[in-house]
Amino acid sequence: MSKINENTVLEIDNLKVDFETNTGMVHAVKGVNIHVDSGETVAIVGESGSGKSQTMMAAMGLLAGNGITHGEVRYRGENILGSSIRKLNKIRGAKVTMIFQEPMTSLDPLYTIERQLCEPMVEHGEYTWASAKKRAVELLELVGIPEPARKVKAYPYEMSGGQRQRVMIAMALANDPDVLIADEPTTALDVTTQAQILELMADLQRRLGMAVVFITHDLAIVERISDRVYVMKSGEVVEEGPTKEIFGQPKHDYTKMLLDAEPTGLKSMVPDSNPIVLDAEKVRVEFETETGFLKPNHVLRAVNDISMEVREGQTLGIVGESGSGKSTLGRAVLQLLPNASGRVVYQGNDITGASKKKMRPLRKEMQLIFQDPFGSLSPRMTVGQIITEGLLVHEPQLSAKERDQRAIQALEEVSMDPAMRNRYPHEFSGGQRQRIAIARTMILNPKLVVLDEPTSALDRTVQKQVVELLRNLQKEHGLTYLFISHDLAVVRAMSDTVMVMQKGEVVEKGLAEEIFSNPKEEYTKELIAAAALKPA
Amino acid sequence: MLRYVLSRLLSAIPTLFLIITISFFLMRVAPGGPFDLERPLEAKVMENLNKIYNLDKSLWEQYLIYLKSVMSGDFGPSFFFRDFSINELFAQSLPISMQLGLSALALALAVGGFLGVVAALRQNKSVDYSVMAAATLGVTIPNFVVAPILTLIMGVHFGWLPVGGWNGGAFVNMVLPVVTLALPQIAVVARLTRGSMIEALRSNHVRTARAYGLSGYTVVVVHALRGAILPVVSYLGPAAAALLTGSVVIETIFGIPGIGRYFVQGALNRDYTLVMGTVVVVACFVIIFNLIVDLLYAMLDPRVRFD
Amino acid sequence: MSVTSDQLKEAPKMGRSLWDDARDRLLANKAAVTSLIVLAVITLLSVVGPMLTPHPYDQVYRDYVKAPASLEAYPKQDEIQPTFAAIAKRARMKVDSYQLDGDKVTATITSSRKVDERYARYFDRSDLFENASISGISADKKNATVTADVQYMHFFFGTDANGRDMLTRTLIAGRVSLTIGLLATFVAISIGVFFGAASGYFGGKVDLMMMRIVDILYSLPFIFFVIMLVVFFGRNFVLMFIAVGAVEWLDMARIVRGQTLSIKRQEYVQAAEAMGVEGGGILRRHIIPNTLGPVVIYMTLLVPKVILLESFLSFLGLGVQEPMTSWGVLISEGARNLQGSAWMLVFPAIFLTSTLFALNFIGDGLRDALDPKDR
Repeated sequence: MSKINENTVLEIDNLKVDFETNTGMVHAVKGVNIHVDSGETVAIVGESGSGKSQTMMAAMGLLAGNGITHGEVRYRGENILGSSIRKLNKIRGAKVTMIFQEPMTSLDPLYTIERQLCEPMVEHGEYTWASAKKRAVELLELVGIPEPARKVKAYPYEMSGGQRQRVMIAMALANDPDVLIADEPTTALDVTTQAQILELMADLQRRLGMAVVFITHDLAIVERISDRVYVMKSGEVVEEGPTKEIFGQPKHDYTKMLLDAEPTGLKSMVPDSNPIVLDAEKVRVEFETETGFLKPNHVLRAVNDISMEVREGQTLGIVGESGSGKSTLGRAVLQLLPNASGRVVYQGNDITGASKKKMRPLRKEMQLIFQDPFGSLSPRMTVGQIITEGLLVHEPQLSAKERDQRAIQALEEVSMDPAMRNRYPHEFSGGQRQRIAIARTMILNPKLVVLDEPTSALDRTVQKQVVELLRNLQKEHGLTYLFISHDLAVVRAMSDTVMVMQKGEVVEKGLAEEIFSNPKEEYTKELIAAAALKPA
Repeated sequence: MLRYVLSRLLSAIPTLFLIITISFFLMRVAPGGPFDLERPLEAKVMENLNKIYNLDKSLWEQYLIYLKSVMSGDFGPSFFFRDFSINELFAQSLPISMQLGLSALALALAVGGFLGVVAALRQNKSVDYSVMAAATLGVTIPNFVVAPILTLIMGVHFGWLPVGGWNGGAFVNMVLPVVTLALPQIAVVARLTRGSMIEALRSNHVRTARAYGLSGYTVVVVHALRGAILPVVSYLGPAAAALLTGSVVIETIFGIPGIGRYFVQGALNRDYTLVMGTVVVVACFVIIFNLIVDLLYAMLDPRVRFD
Repeated sequence: MSVTSDQLKEAPKMGRSLWDDARDRLLANKAAVTSLIVLAVITLLSVVGPMLTPHPYDQVYRDYVKAPASLEAYPKQDEIQPTFAAIAKRARMKVDSYQLDGDKVTATITSSRKVDERYARYFDRSDLFENASISGISADKKNATVTADVQYMHFFFGTDANGRDMLTRTLIAGRVSLTIGLLATFVAISIGVFFGAASGYFGGKVDLMMMRIVDILYSLPFIFFVIMLVVFFGRNFVLMFIAVGAVEWLDMARIVRGQTLSIKRQEYVQAAEAMGVEGGGILRRHIIPNTLGPVVIYMTLLVPKVILLESFLSFLGLGVQEPMTSWGVLISEGARNLQGSAWMLVFPAIFLTSTLFALNFIGDGLRDALDPKDR
């Protein structure tokens, strides 16, 4: 374990963070000690709610108004915690800089990139506006933004998420900081973009030599880039040490659990003799965007002539980055989009463009599970009401008591306490909510379930549980899944066949095993490399 | 941008047309006429009057005549103020109302905006609470209560300011009406600014600005306020139109010869042309101010584009 | 995560709905709770009060025109004798001796004409005296003894320019103002919710059309509308305020439409659609319960707006007709009589302002309670 030494630049000493809320004090960080030596990369790892972000926010004096701090944060031996804004502002933005999780909103939408890049340089007194503008262009070039001289005049809304995060990195580097704190800098980005950003950061660190503090929940990243690791759980550091040691011989159970969290195993194959449940041909979805009065509307083809065939008990994994059209495809197959064309046959019935009325009996068998377990449960209904809503439509003959009985069964099936059915969704965690969403589906005994990123909003350890639950349910009920995800590890653990999508088209298609072990297309290779999968 | 302005003004024409049509017929359906006095006029006189004002023609003809004259910018003769045309009446009163309204608007923006920002920066502290309580008071006390009280104190008791009259827009004559007119607007602007400012201060990009050690002024004014002012700007459109076209109450209490009085007088006396004139003027103001607000909005927010 | 049989037997606990949370947050808000109490008291006073005060709201006391507000009873002690003398003079009598004993006046008078017992009516007709009687009429009918009870009355809020009790009038005005506020708000909310929800739910061309109508109505000067309505309906305030409600729904329609549009895009609505739930079920179970919050908030803010509007119309002389009254009517009368009889403005203004203040705080409190992230 490394000790505080003369090379230590940033030192967090017994930091406590409390939040005053209506329901009383919440202790978010409970006495954390972290130190960062110059030039090293330190990772702080933990699941959401572990206090890892709040620790660094508190250190930088960026807590929300109701936050209270205790302890000390020393920059080169001098305490900055609770010091005046003036004193703090000499350090932050100049000596210690930060990159945030939300690239889309971290830049001011109302000003050009140039203005925002220059501001900290000028305010910290090292540059004039003219020299800062010159440096801004250099910085954009450094972080790999094409045409920096032109892009510097752009507004944030004119850039993609990846580009905005690059701008944030440029901003962080502007004043040659000693420490760069990166708070989940890649979480909100696509897999391939993630890899590029990480590479960029590692490269910049090698060249510029600042220390980097990496806050993340993604262990694959940690293993790749960090020198030392702190593992945090519910506001405390439970384990710390060099990366090799932590990954090689984890001591704490929680660390072991985190390391073990990537979904593993492969799905057992389904015999080809199984009947075909879903057969789709040349599905195409187009969206028209209004461009103005009397002008031809702009047509965006989100899904371009995609065909698929799924047998009973099979899982088709659909992989792609955001905007690849994978979610649209899933909804089009279920006939939820009015502007879809192409032929869809479900269990021998042609349901292409079927009317709402004709689809209604089929809706019982064809279900959809959403990515966001916070948005997909009606906030003003109890869990019981949510789960049994489908029964009102499809089995209206049931009495309230029978419905309740079914709700109990469904909750048990997803390993939830049935006593919870009179509670409301906001009282549950993300993982529990996703279980509720699954229970709502299972109560109708469906045959085909489209799962739209069902694990993406969950922590790794919870993801693993949900994946296992989904696999078990499939085995028990012979379900057929369309599994949509950008997360290759999860897709690999779930699917028989995989379809890789990019910009509305299929890039590659085949058996899961083959695609993962021997990808043919460049894009697939890129995706797999970026995901840094462990052997299954 | 010029094209945008032109297309907006063009698209206002059908709106104006509809408004004129609706008001014209609504006005005429109302019982009573402009010459229904307590002592009925002689039949001969009545006939003559009806002829002069085209009231002997069919409603449809009258409508077309009115539409034609409005298009040429003529609002016709007043039925009640017999010696004046509506254009003459407006030429006298509109500038006064606009001067009054603009001053009140400026005052409301400056004071309300300042109070809102201060309250947001001191959220849930005593400053915040007192500003918000004062703002609530500002919205809840009707201006015809505020006006006589202010007059009594400043005008009668201390004798600092005149209690009424316009006096060609002299500063001392403007103080009381402008303040009374501005008070509720100050309150609304303060509340709006506070709300959006609190949100802006919590936004991610303001956190970025703070994380990069920018000065308090840059964080608050450059990064938070510019975004926070946007909802206030949207509110200003209708508010400005209402302020500039005069407040009936203020003009009555302070005896100011503005356009506001004509609303009530016109409707009560069935002065058809006067009512129609005021309706058209107000609608024009609403349309123009909505346009100005949209342009202002686009100036403040680069994401808004005209095409 | 296995379920044990113990847990199964346990009766399911009721969860806390968002409404429960909101109610708790509202009750924790001191300003809102105080406002609720104030509003309840004012409402109760307005409903019950006029029945309990000793004066009818339209009773005119000619002897007490513009009597200042006072906790003491009228007539004041030093007023009794001059008034008595004045009445006597009117009845062509001269007061010889005058004695006030408690609430009884005994006086001997000399009259220039023949005294009749019926002359007691002169005294009874005054608001100061009752049970007057003339006795001991002398033989020449020129002298007599007059006895009369002094009629003590309280005017806690004073009286108005017609000599009517301001307390009763303020309370009865509250009845009118609150009724108007509620009625117009109810009408506005009904139209607004229906119009907005329909516009948002159907979307597309229908939405475009419906919102265009709202836009056009927006640019019509509101005051023109109201004055036209007054012209139409005369001064029937109930009809008039149903009409005002019919004008005030525009904001509500916009709010509900916006809400409906955003809720329609929520995943829980998509989830219900994917399960085959029909339009009615989606509207009933998902959309309406989730638009209710903003509607309730807007309602508490609309009531004060309408009450203010009523007082504004009263100021212009277009309000409720005499002898019925409203806060607006009282206040505009009071404003005219501010110099010299401030109580005529002060009391109705206090009632009106505290009601509006309370409603505003309740509205703010509800907003905070229903939408906690906005705080």
